Amino acid sequence: MVSAMEIYQLLPKEACKECGYVSCMALAVALLNREKKLEDCPSLQNLKYQDKFKKLKELLAPLEKASETGLIIHPEKCFGCGNCVVACPVNVAAEPTRCAVGLGPQGDKVILTVEDGVVKCMNVKECRRFGPNKVLCNACTVTCPSQAIEFV
Amino acid sequence: MVVCTGCSLLCEDIELVLKDGSISQAKNLCRKGYAHFQALFTERTRPTIDGKEVSLDQAIGKAAEILKSAERPLLYGWSNSSLEAQAAGIDLARRLGATIDDTSSFCQGILMELVLTGKVPTCTLDDVRNYADTSVFWGADPSNSYPRLLSRFAYYPRGEKRQKSYEEERICIAVDVRKSATARLCSNYYFRVPPGQDAEFIESILAVLDGKIPRFGDKKRMIELGTVLRKTEYGVLFPGFGMVSSLQEKTDLLVRLAAKLNEMSTFKVIPIVGHYNMRGFNQLLLDETGFINRVSFQGGKVIHGPEQSVMAAAKNCDAALVIGADPLSALPFGTARALAKTSLIAIDPRQTLTTNAARVVIPSAMYGLEAGGSSLRLDGAKIEFEAIFKTGNLSDEQILTRIKEAI
Repeated sequence: MVSAMEIYQLLPKEACKECGYVSCMALAVALLNREKKLEDCPSLQNLKYQDKFKKLKELLAPLEKASETGLIIHPEKCFGCGNCVVACPVNVAAEPTRCAVGLGPQGDKVILTVEDGVVKCMNVKECRRFGPNKVLCNACTVTCPSQAIEFV
Repeated sequence: MVVCTGCSLLCEDIELVLKDGSISQAKNLCRKGYAHFQALFTERTRPTIDGKEVSLDQAIGKAAEILKSAERPLLYGWSNSSLEAQAAGIDLARRLGATIDDTSSFCQGILMELVLTGKVPTCTLDDVRNYADTSVFWGADPSNSYPRLLSRFAYYPRGEKRQKSYEEERICIAVDVRKSATARLCSNYYFRVPPGQDAEFIESILAVLDGKIPRFGDKKRMIELGTVLRKTEYGVLFPGFGMVSSLQEKTDLLVRLAAKLNEMSTFKVIPIVGHYNMRGFNQLLLDETGFINRVSFQGGKVIHGPEQSVMAAAKNCDAALVIGADPLSALPFGTARALAKTSLIAIDPRQTLTTNAARVVIPSAMYGLEAGGSSLRLDGAKIEFEAIFKTGNLSDEQILTRIKEAI
């Protein structure tokens, strides 16, 4: 996954502060969190930074697929094993008689479910990485045997 | 709720949404199971004799004729059929005086024999979920072969005595020649063993458990493994094909290891088998003859031995019935060639190399989708399933009954 440092290296580093942040590094973090867009950097629109702008566009393209919590699923890598479905604490709380004991979920309150052989994400707002009391839960990524789930 | 027959886990929590005779949505089905269900609609076989399409009755009649006139017929396959079809197959072999063997003959048969004859202790997968705190995957990569084994039973689910599950109460150990997908989940507990040296590895574990210094491998890591095994309350060993091909005839080492571990705590063995009902056939034949595979009924007697295995029998037989298997792809070239040259009858729902080379092809129904029945899970639990689709295809059991009638 792309890091803030990689984005920073491609930014103009002029520290013009016109984007509203104090430094280009702060803007890089904001870009990674999808709070700002590349168009918000006026210096980058300059013709001499055309190449860097293109590279940044490519670099940030996968982030557009990410859900609001920054969850990205690569269906082509997924085995459909359901490890994440069983490990996710929100899933377990939603279906204690099914997800908690290894069975597939039946209701629609869960976040992760396996459909057509690959994992699917829904109800992202229930994810523990979302909202004011967010925690950096990574139960779904550490239990994935094929690295099909990533966080931005 | 539908049962998936894609692998020997026989998952019972599958939900299907059917639309116009096809599957529009499948919930809880892993990638392997999804492909298994989709296979229903592609590359199906047609009844043929010598490559020419005929009616089903003609194909069954021809198959019966070949088997009847054969002196040393071989019946092979069976691991992808229901228990009922397997029982019918054993009965057919007895009547014909034929040699009968299944895919376990060159696969996990040796391990299955140890488990079914009670030489190593075993348990059910529900026990694994409820009590096990250590799972050892040896020469197996269930993330690929049994995608839902870890999530349903072995590592992630919460059980009766294991409420904190993988976070605190369960450990998963992988012993493999490479860092497989499963080994990646075991993080610190992945032990690499060079190809073919599993026997030395077991001897090292035995030495560590005896309090001696191991001769093989990284001493520090081996002592670490010994400590984990010693602390285990309820352990389960899942040996796979990797262990079988490495140990070869030295399976007594596994028996010794299981006995040693059971002196200290409870340790069970559940072999990771190849096909969904391999255990079923082994169990049925064991009940009937006292042997799990490689049996010949020639002359009305039960003869068992390596000469009755598919490898040897393929070269001696004059007709072969292959059901639900693809030996021409799976077996060594010499055996496959010998088999292709005999009068080959293939009963299979889908096209394979074997059906392409067979003299007579009889299409059958896919179990769990087009035909109902029962099967044994890899831990020996009996699971029953029903047909979901109504197609005209006959099940293996019906085909075998009709062949028997014709004979």
